Amino acid sequence: MDLSAIDPVLLLASLMISATPILLAAIGEMVVEKAGVLNLGVEGMMITGAICGFAIAVESGSPFPGLAAAALAGAGLSLIFAFLTQVLLSNQVATGLALTLFGLGLSALIGKPYAGVKPPPSPRLDIPFLSDMPVLGPILFRHDLMVYGSLALVVGVWAFLKYSRAGLILRAVGENHDAAHALGYRVVRIRFLAIMFGGACAGLGGAFLSLIRVPQWTEGMTAGAGWIALALVVFASWRPWRVLLGAYLFGGITVLQLNLQAAGLAIPVEYLSMSPYIVTILVLVYISARKRGSSLDAPASLGRVFHATH
Amino acid sequence: MPILEKRPVPSRFWARGTPVLAVLMTMIAGGALFALLGKDPVEAIRTIFWDPLFSEFGFYYRSQILVKAGPLILIAIGLSLGFRAGIWNIGAEGQYIMGAILGGAVGLAFYPAEGWHVFPLMIVAGALGGVLWAMIPALLRIRFGTNEILVSLMLVYVAENILRSVSFGILKNPQGFGFPGSRNLSEYPAAANPDLIEGTGFHWGGVAAVLMVLLAWGLLSRHMLGYQIRLSGQAPRAAHFGGVNPDRLVLVCMGISGALAGLAGLFEVAGPAGQLSPDFNVGYGFTAIIVAFLGRLHPLGIVLAGLLLGLTEVGGAIAQQNLGLPAASIKAFQGMLLFFLLAMDVFTDYRLRPGGSRKEAA
Repeated sequence: MDLSAIDPVLLLASLMISATPILLAAIGEMVVEKAGVLNLGVEGMMITGAICGFAIAVESGSPFPGLAAAALAGAGLSLIFAFLTQVLLSNQVATGLALTLFGLGLSALIGKPYAGVKPPPSPRLDIPFLSDMPVLGPILFRHDLMVYGSLALVVGVWAFLKYSRAGLILRAVGENHDAAHALGYRVVRIRFLAIMFGGACAGLGGAFLSLIRVPQWTEGMTAGAGWIALALVVFASWRPWRVLLGAYLFGGITVLQLNLQAAGLAIPVEYLSMSPYIVTILVLVYISARKRGSSLDAPASLGRVFHATH
Repeated sequence: MPILEKRPVPSRFWARGTPVLAVLMTMIAGGALFALLGKDPVEAIRTIFWDPLFSEFGFYYRSQILVKAGPLILIAIGLSLGFRAGIWNIGAEGQYIMGAILGGAVGLAFYPAEGWHVFPLMIVAGALGGVLWAMIPALLRIRFGTNEILVSLMLVYVAENILRSVSFGILKNPQGFGFPGSRNLSEYPAAANPDLIEGTGFHWGGVAAVLMVLLAWGLLSRHMLGYQIRLSGQAPRAAHFGGVNPDRLVLVCMGISGALAGLAGLFEVAGPAGQLSPDFNVGYGFTAIIVAFLGRLHPLGIVLAGLLLGLTEVGGAIAQQNLGLPAASIKAFQGMLLFFLLAMDVFTDYRLRPGGSRKEAA
């Protein structure tokens, strides 16, 4: 094994890239769950966003229409979930699973002609002085613009939930939908919007994966990233900053195991590949063991069906 | 605007009618999807639903339906018990893989010894592999309150990596010219799981499926445990006061679903698949979730749903061959089916009434 082949600067630089897809998906899902809805379809929306973004970017020759299309596709797919769970009052767990299965199938269907195609490159940040700095430059200031977009999104979500009136209403809906309804808030409408926001974020996260991180299209390429994003929300106890922390921790582990694979560590590749999933489980166990009994700070109405009787 | 009003009791008509309606609506919506892809929708639907049964090669396709329906039914029966009790094991795919690995490994350990004891030992090991893998999320949920949905799902990816590892490593066929994958179990008589009647597709997995359907039906309708499972799902608080031990229920439901998924994996690997290879699993563990819901979590319903989904799997394969539809399109189709089912389900518990006309009782 040759550990000197691992360049710590490159490692930290790729950490941000590898964390961004799950960060985007997780911050979106956090808003959905804050509104009291559990959408297990993140994986399906991500992969649909991945292929829709990829296809549009290839067809248009530019990544931006692709990213927009990915967000639209994710939001569109989440509308199915919203309609089923909010209007037709279906079980959220089952509907989310259906969304994931459907998304995986649909994406493979759309993506067939796009296997092996190269997407158009997307612009990177280039600030004359900052980007050229020796160590901090590559780590912080030379990334794709979407990386900074995702950070801005975390800040935006945090400020929205903490300081805005709309954010307060959204949290109220998630904590007690009956009380929010009695106060005259449109529970279903608010949840629709939250679900669509989550879908758009998941779609963007998927497109980041297919357009920027990998970048190419392969069937099932999200490989559980959507599920990891769901776990991240639990890990973060529904707090935006902890979602960021969790995503970067997770990105670090992913990047580290990839680097160890490349460095030829004596551990077989398969064991390194499974490490992100095992770490996710361990983190979930740690969080749930620590918070046992206090219901993990989850929004009180999470996953419950809301049916306005009057 | 019409509003939904809760029915005093769930409608039996809708509970039984929705799967049929959902299938019809999926055919229509699926046809529209195929039309969008530039395929003839009528031909696509006919290929998926009709050709497997009645085409020229129907004799072969019909046996394939059984080959696919067997594991689907077996896994779905296990899942349905947990789903009824609100225990969400969605990692059956991982348990299926681990059952196949452990069961297959036992078979390979005996190679080339002959004897009647090999196959039964493999069955035990297969079930055990599934149980052990299912016990991880079950015990974590009991001990730490960890979400079993996420843990069981994560373990699917872990299991896939273990499968890859053993196929390239310790279980690789030493005479396989370096190709990944184990020895072919179906060519090792003591460990093989062939069709019990030549050409029917009915192997020991089918026997196990029928047996488990009957057992599950008896359990749910006649046994105390079945009653506790149903009670926990419908009225958790009542179950709590009624002395149901929720931890025990988690262990039992996860254990049974793990065992059945593991069995399905073993029968597959010793039968139709033949060998452990990095991609022998084709997602039965996930499709079985649809089967369980489509079958209304009822054993007999699951049989019908399993046969139907087996049919679409075979039909999908034919469509892939004849019409050039991608293999995954059938997955989109199955997801759609679950959507329509969940959507129509609202009429089981609610009825529509014209809005605004209802007078509030004083």
